[in-house]
Amino acid sequence: MKRFFARNAPAYIFLLPWLIGFFLLALGPILASLYLSFTRYDMVSAPRWIGWGNYEYMFTRDRRFWKALEVTFTYVALAVPARLIMALGVAMLLDKGLRTIGLYRAIFYLPSLLGASIAIAILWRQLFAADGVVNQVLAMVGIQGASWITDPDTSLYTLVVLAMWQFGSPMLIFLAGLRGIPRDLYEAAEIDGTPGWRQFTRITLPLLAPVIFFNLVLQTIDSFKTFSSAFIISNGTGAPADSLLFYTVYLFNEAFKFFRMGYASALAWFLLVIIATFTAIAFFTSKYWVHYENERD
Amino acid sequence: MKTSATDLELAIQMDEAARVAHELRLKRDRQDRNGRILKHIFLIIVSCVMLYPLFWLLASSFKPENEIFGSLTLWPSEFRFENYTKGWYALPISFTVFYVNSAIVTGLSVIGNLVSCSFAAYAFARLSFTGRSFFFALMMMTLMIPYHVVLIPQYVQFLNLGWVDTYLPLVVPRFLASDAFFIFLMVQFFRQLPRELDEAAMIDGCSPFKIYWAIILPLSLPAMGTAAIFSLIWVWEDFLAPLIYLNDIKSYTVPLALRLFLDQEGQSAYGQMFAMSVLSLVPVVIFFVLFQKLIVRGIATSGMK
Repeated sequence: MKRFFARNAPAYIFLLPWLIGFFLLALGPILASLYLSFTRYDMVSAPRWIGWGNYEYMFTRDRRFWKALEVTFTYVALAVPARLIMALGVAMLLDKGLRTIGLYRAIFYLPSLLGASIAIAILWRQLFAADGVVNQVLAMVGIQGASWITDPDTSLYTLVVLAMWQFGSPMLIFLAGLRGIPRDLYEAAEIDGTPGWRQFTRITLPLLAPVIFFNLVLQTIDSFKTFSSAFIISNGTGAPADSLLFYTVYLFNEAFKFFRMGYASALAWFLLVIIATFTAIAFFTSKYWVHYENERD
Repeated sequence: MKTSATDLELAIQMDEAARVAHELRLKRDRQDRNGRILKHIFLIIVSCVMLYPLFWLLASSFKPENEIFGSLTLWPSEFRFENYTKGWYALPISFTVFYVNSAIVTGLSVIGNLVSCSFAAYAFARLSFTGRSFFFALMMMTLMIPYHVVLIPQYVQFLNLGWVDTYLPLVVPRFLASDAFFIFLMVQFFRQLPRELDEAAMIDGCSPFKIYWAIILPLSLPAMGTAAIFSLIWVWEDFLAPLIYLNDIKSYTVPLALRLFLDQEGQSAYGQMFAMSVLSLVPVVIFFVLFQKLIVRGIATSGMK
């Protein structure tokens, strides 16, 4: 017993801050929000148990909930592939045949660092405004651009473009992955006269599968959580016509504008379920399409 | 006789192979050079498109109000610094206060992240203890949890503690290693350090605390640097948590202050808004330029964000 204590004590002392944080800031709140999701709670009076009421309302009567799901899923379905294709394409350009790529790499990565900031969201509103930069460029080639931000049909695409603009971090991960592919494979293919696109589908894609998988999971989770830019560009409401009603924006407004904390907790838990499901699907299907070279253990 | 014939054939074949290889190489070199030039042209165009919005923002911050819209040029007809001087005082409280606030929150958060995350990472990466893999799995799972799920109970918790409208809800969680990403990043790094160091130190009678302080930390400066820069940039840009916890304009951080400009949009102070936006990005850009290598390596090795 004493030895057990002596062996474990130092480790747990180092772990203590994280352990406290885990129970008070993660596990506790997750369970609490599960409980709250079954109550009506306005922060003035105590939470009142209403059973499945919130979930029932959510799935059967709340049109805005479905709208928020639609907006968010559309965004994820467009933004993630767009960003990853952009990232992979540029990474492959940088990977082969260029001697110095440091400056390009820096330029392409910079937007990823700045993209989450309020300043960039403010800038984006102006770029895509009716008299903004984008429309002026379009006017030069004779196209009458839409009023991108205020038109419900186009507003979401401005955010997809913003997501694409930030392809830097998956690009860096792809670059690291591409570096790990043995050069002689390409040389052998070259001598065999294999055309470039076949080299891509037969060598690059299969060997890069683990990295693609990793980026896909990460970017999907990340995109579901998009908040600041949507909040700023939609004036905090999801406008115009709820076309920017991201799930997180809806949740935020239910909780901190209308103080429907119970209902917002139900929304939060459903978000957790969505993200957990996507992560689980990715992991369980990965063995069919992700091939790890030099698999250990 | 027969052998020499095959020898000859072999020699001819080898000669032929060498010739083909040489031609292939020449062809490839030619293609490579042309390809390289094409690639550079393409990449330069992409770079310009990527950077144009940023330069437009910078240029607009110096332009007179009537020149901002309806013009694509990046060169103002005259440089107006008054967007900066006026913008700084455009809100009821001067930006000096907002920058001090942001600096306090960011500084404390970075310290908190470094201390608490390196503690946890050291335990996970270098110490063996009962329940290690269990807790490690839990830690990895918290990476997936969206902040929105814990937000409401955390808010209620902090409200009951009387912490709302203070910096405590923004800073204290960082001292409790709430950004598990940094634990993961440091674990990856700590694991690469040779085990023999710990063992030798142990034999010399060093305690785990001494090993952490005198061996692991000094060898992990790149990882600590990466974590410090990322947490600095993320906390600096953080919007959601300050939005929820800070109600008094005197305690606003810079991103919240920028949002106030949007509420006053009708007053057409675009130049000032852009000027303050530019200033808010300056620290991030400076840190990026100075520590680019650490950032790039951090992403490549941890494979995150």
